[in-house]
Amino acid sequence: MIINSRFFNRSELTGFIVLAAVLFVILPLSLDVFRLNLVAKYLTYAFVALGLVLCWGYGGILSLGQGVFFGLGGYCMAMFLKLEASSVENTKIQSTPGIPDFMDWNQITSLPLFWQPFHSLTFTILAIILVPGLFALIIGTAMFKRRVGGTYFAIITQAVAAILTILIVGQQGYTGGINGMTDLRTLKGWDIRPDHAKVILYFVEVVLLFACIGIAQFIRLTKLGRILVAMREQEDRVRFSGYSVANFKIFAFCMAAIFAAIGGAMFALNVGFMSPSFVGIVPSIEMVIYTAVGGRTSIFGAIWGAILVNFAKTSLSESFPQLWLFGLGALFIAVVLAFPNGLSGLWADYVQPRIDRLFASRKAKAGWTDNSVADGAPAE
Amino acid sequence: MFGDYSIGDLGSIFVMQGFAGLILFSVYVLMALGLAIIFGQMGVINMAHGEFMILGAYVTWMTSNLFQAYMPSLFGGYFFLAMILAFIASGALGMLVEWVLIRHLYKRPLDTLLATWGLSLMLQQAYRSVFGAREVGVELPQWMLGSLHVTDSIEVPINGVFVMGLTVLITVSVAYVLYLSRWGRQVRAVVQNRIMAGAVGINTEKVDRYTFGLGCGIAGVAGSAFTMIGSTGPTSGQLYIVDTFLVVVFGGAASLLGTIASAFSISQTQSTLEFFMSGSMAKVLTLLAVVGILMLRPQGLFALKVRK
Repeated sequence: MIINSRFFNRSELTGFIVLAAVLFVILPLSLDVFRLNLVAKYLTYAFVALGLVLCWGYGGILSLGQGVFFGLGGYCMAMFLKLEASSVENTKIQSTPGIPDFMDWNQITSLPLFWQPFHSLTFTILAIILVPGLFALIIGTAMFKRRVGGTYFAIITQAVAAILTILIVGQQGYTGGINGMTDLRTLKGWDIRPDHAKVILYFVEVVLLFACIGIAQFIRLTKLGRILVAMREQEDRVRFSGYSVANFKIFAFCMAAIFAAIGGAMFALNVGFMSPSFVGIVPSIEMVIYTAVGGRTSIFGAIWGAILVNFAKTSLSESFPQLWLFGLGALFIAVVLAFPNGLSGLWADYVQPRIDRLFASRKAKAGWTDNSVADGAPAE
Repeated sequence: MFGDYSIGDLGSIFVMQGFAGLILFSVYVLMALGLAIIFGQMGVINMAHGEFMILGAYVTWMTSNLFQAYMPSLFGGYFFLAMILAFIASGALGMLVEWVLIRHLYKRPLDTLLATWGLSLMLQQAYRSVFGAREVGVELPQWMLGSLHVTDSIEVPINGVFVMGLTVLITVSVAYVLYLSRWGRQVRAVVQNRIMAGAVGINTEKVDRYTFGLGCGIAGVAGSAFTMIGSTGPTSGQLYIVDTFLVVVFGGAASLLGTIASAFSISQTQSTLEFFMSGSMAKVLTLLAVVGILMLRPQGLFALKVRK
């Protein structure tokens, strides 16, 4: 098929252009900085959703612990920012100047060893990718090599999310506890708090998001992506064909973890704090739900899912605090029962055929005879 | 960490913490029994299980208030009625949920997780709207307060012993129902081979509905027991759901004996460690150990050998 040899087929290209136009042009022009910053916060979840498309939508591995990787990435970034904000001049009222404020409150008198390397930005950026990646590699190897999958994997990742949350909350002196790391100020001397910085960070994030979309799309189109899909559909046959199913699963899981970690790091930068409430079981399941609502097998669908569900959450909880949990719960049930492919499934079933037909009839009028245009439209 | 205590002290500590862990054990077992039936037998991941438990806790709370207001003389016995009511309420809600939601999802087990998560959000909000966001506590009747003095350094709380006895009773009856009654045989037949079970004349849909109802009903009873160790709020159930899933998986899904053994080992480890370190670290260590063992032995403690 000629379509698959191109990087995007036509409907994906439309999706790409629409998303790029909305994120790069329409939203920055139409929203004030506060709202734009909210969108930036939603987009951090889009990274996680993108990873889940690869790992859950394509690989069939449901991870309920994406919050762990989101949190690891976020905490790595936040540790660097916190160290920079806790310079000796900024913290001279403390009994031990030069260490983060929460350590001082918890009677810790010197910077713990694992905090030391986070003075370096290079190390921090490497850590954002490598720490979650390695962690996912360990979990993935332990689980998939022993052929643990499906619901068991989901439950164990969930337990990992619970463990990490309890650990972060419990070890207040080292992690900032339940309040997390607050009061993050500068990145290499550049203040991240004023409005113009928020706008710049927003654009950095969108560029990163598109880079990740490119990587995901590339993985999807190569043989790797097809093996992932084959594995989801018939794991045994792929294994009998001689492929190492475990290694492909580990790869997909690690990619998802790294995407989530990038999202987490951008979260710390854009929102200006990081706390365990973005790590635990509830946020992890919510991340899965963004993906489910948007469409678990569609890269662009999942990103729209993350943006729209978060938008709905913010606006509903602002105006109807009583109702929004009902609405959210009903939305999940409806999506699972009625539209298992989410928004993108709805789009592909109802909107796309009409657009195709519109194009087809126009081209027919113009006297073109391109058969491939009607691809995907129902037979008439 | 043991160095500061003498052997005798250590013995007392272990016994005391062991009994303190008994109530936790009971709640775990009751929660996990329901979940083991639903997850182990039916393959449905019921994330709303904690909310079914909390429904039982609220029913218990309402019953105790009712007794206090209208029948103060009978207050000592309210708990028995509350338990039965909790079972009926949670079981009925469970059967309704199975009919509306779960039966459409038997072919997609991972999706039941998302749908029941949505359900749990709605139930939490419903509790918040009906009972208020504040946590409520149940007053224990006089005879359940206090403790038995075994030796000078060992005291056993009476309500713990009571809940423990209750758990044993319920576990035995569940085992009886599942393994010896005609209905239990039907349940296991449907689990092993749905199509063949249907072909020999078992009404599989009815069996599914009652099985789900039974699991939820037991969660309701767990809620009754829960009122003795904690106060009830709209989101209290969510705190227990992961622990309970771990108990079920650790025990080996579909094995009742494994569920009990794993609930016992997890609750006792946690309770004993809590004496020596902070509660959160005890929990972290316990969960880490469970996850570690599960990585080495994914099928759980007591795995059934089945041909696939």
